[in-house]
Amino acid sequence: MVKYISKRLLYMVLSLFLIITATFFLMRIAPGNPFTSEKKLPPEIEASLNAHYGLNKPWYAQYGDYLVRIAQWDFGPSFKYESRTVNDLINDGFPVSLALGAEAILFAVAIGILLGVIAALRHNKWQDYTAMIIAVFGISVPSFIMATFLQYIFAIKLGLLPVARWDNFSNTILPALALGATPMAFIARLTRSSMLEVLSNDYIKTAKAKGLSRGAMIMKHTIRNALMPVVSYMGPLSAGIITGSFVIEKIFGIPGLGSHFVLSISNRDYTVIMGVTVFYSILLLVSILLVDIAYGLIDPRIKLAGGKKGE
Amino acid sequence: MEKILEVKDLKVSFHVYGGEVQAVRGVSFDLFKGETLAIVGESGSGKSVLNQTIMKLIPMPPGKITGGQILFHGEDIVHKSDKEMEKIRGKDISMIFQDPMTSLNPTMKVGHQIMEVLHKHQNMKSSQAKERAIELLRLVGIPMPEKRVNQYPHEFSGGMRQRAMIAIALAANPSLLIADEPTTALDVTIQAQILELMKDLQKKMDTSIIFITHDLGVVANVADRVAVMYAGQIVEIGTVDEIFYDPRHPYTWGLLASMPSLDSDHKAELAAIPGTPPDLTNPPKGDAFAPRNQYALAIDFEQEPPMFQVSETHFAKTWLLHPDAPKVEPPEAVKLKMRKLSSTFEKPILVKEGK
Repeated sequence: MVKYISKRLLYMVLSLFLIITATFFLMRIAPGNPFTSEKKLPPEIEASLNAHYGLNKPWYAQYGDYLVRIAQWDFGPSFKYESRTVNDLINDGFPVSLALGAEAILFAVAIGILLGVIAALRHNKWQDYTAMIIAVFGISVPSFIMATFLQYIFAIKLGLLPVARWDNFSNTILPALALGATPMAFIARLTRSSMLEVLSNDYIKTAKAKGLSRGAMIMKHTIRNALMPVVSYMGPLSAGIITGSFVIEKIFGIPGLGSHFVLSISNRDYTVIMGVTVFYSILLLVSILLVDIAYGLIDPRIKLAGGKKGE
Repeated sequence: MEKILEVKDLKVSFHVYGGEVQAVRGVSFDLFKGETLAIVGESGSGKSVLNQTIMKLIPMPPGKITGGQILFHGEDIVHKSDKEMEKIRGKDISMIFQDPMTSLNPTMKVGHQIMEVLHKHQNMKSSQAKERAIELLRLVGIPMPEKRVNQYPHEFSGGMRQRAMIAIALAANPSLLIADEPTTALDVTIQAQILELMKDLQKKMDTSIIFITHDLGVVANVADRVAVMYAGQIVEIGTVDEIFYDPRHPYTWGLLASMPSLDSDHKAELAAIPGTPPDLTNPPKGDAFAPRNQYALAIDFEQEPPMFQVSETHFAKTWLLHPDAPKVEPPEAVKLKMRKLSSTFEKPILVKEGK
């Protein structure tokens, strides 16, 4: 197990290096630079700005500097937000996005699995159809429409919850619902189809022939085996959700990380682009590793510790 | 002898898109304590449906018991609810399935799968159940059961998995064991071992067994009595000797003639029953076997044959046993083995209710 994880960590560092390199050069190929958007700067000032941020050095020197700084977990200063570093932006925004994202994931997983299980157990009955109609809505309604719809109903019409802002728990409910709706629907569909497949297995008949009650049969023999596809979906999903969503953060006025992904690109804020990309990649790689470890825990046939082929 | 199970005129059908499939069409038989009844027939003859109905394992709907009784220890289980059946399944009646590779849960330790039965039906605590599980694994001939009990099914070979299935089935000392083609998915040497094991355990535990198979070699090895099924009905039932040495139904003749034998002429072509089983959505009028039967009489296409009794234990459902029927000779392969059995009645007796 230790051997397996250290091997995986090594691969993660390698992939991270490739991602950093690709992002770095793609960013430089894109036309414009951090100072083009504002009013025309006098050449002297632009030259001094470039010198200040190290943009006057040859590309290989910039690249080398950047790698060294990243290894020290220093993403450098932001070009747009004066006197703030990229680390500051991440340290401020990520806890907010993480809290919101965790709530959304919790909602998506709990309700999604519940709907999926109900739909599978009541296959082709009204409960199944209801759950799947909810799922189709969840998948096809974009999050910004869901968000405004929720605001209209729960905040404006019913006055139950605040419209926006980020102060206490009641502020988190609507954005979490809006953010979690699509993954919830997706998980419901995944769970349903995988439950149906498991229920058709011979060992379910064995469980029934043992005299197990329906509840025991479902809890012990079905759900665990049906969760594999959901677990694999959870990896990329959680990395995406806990780093925030531009749309949801804009609509609800949440000071999260998501807006930096979009704004940094239009600002050509090189260090922020690099910083959030690297940060996101790390989260993604870690969550994929966690998914793989979870596989091994759920299904004993999957061996992690570099088992031999055919075992 | 004590009757364990009495099936009376059982009818099971399935509602499907194209109509109603009558999978079991009036089956009656008895099962006594400690005996093995083999049920043979080709695919689709209703043998598996019949036996899953006895445990009420068929999905309802689309399945439905449309008539008849299943008396288990004298008690009719046809109208029992799922909750009541849970107390019978695994405890009084248990089942072994065909494919050991898929009938164990891959994500649960084998020991736990045995212990589940003990928890449910014998109220055993975990430590006690585990000891019993080890004991059961040893009983079914799995080496190093203390280690095996903590392993997963994928660490077992096919034959060992079937042994584990047998351990699960026998965990609660059932009075009836239904084995649905338990050796079909295994290779021949393992087959023989599993059959030996089942016979051995049956002697020890005095369990009655219903053994479903399409392998007549297996039947000769394990069964006390044999029921031959065709198109959802029992067409002939009798002791092993009666079925093998004095078969009366042309379908049984066909089955026996298509069994390769060591002393048959090796140049001769292996016989086969022509045609395919009938569509049970619309069972044919008269005898369901008539269209494939070279001995079919005109009446076979008009009227379903009644059951005739040939001896105390031997019944066959064919018009050929009627006093007015022409005398026919069974196929050569069957005739070679025919013997005069002392218990046979002088003349077949027409019985109303099939047994």
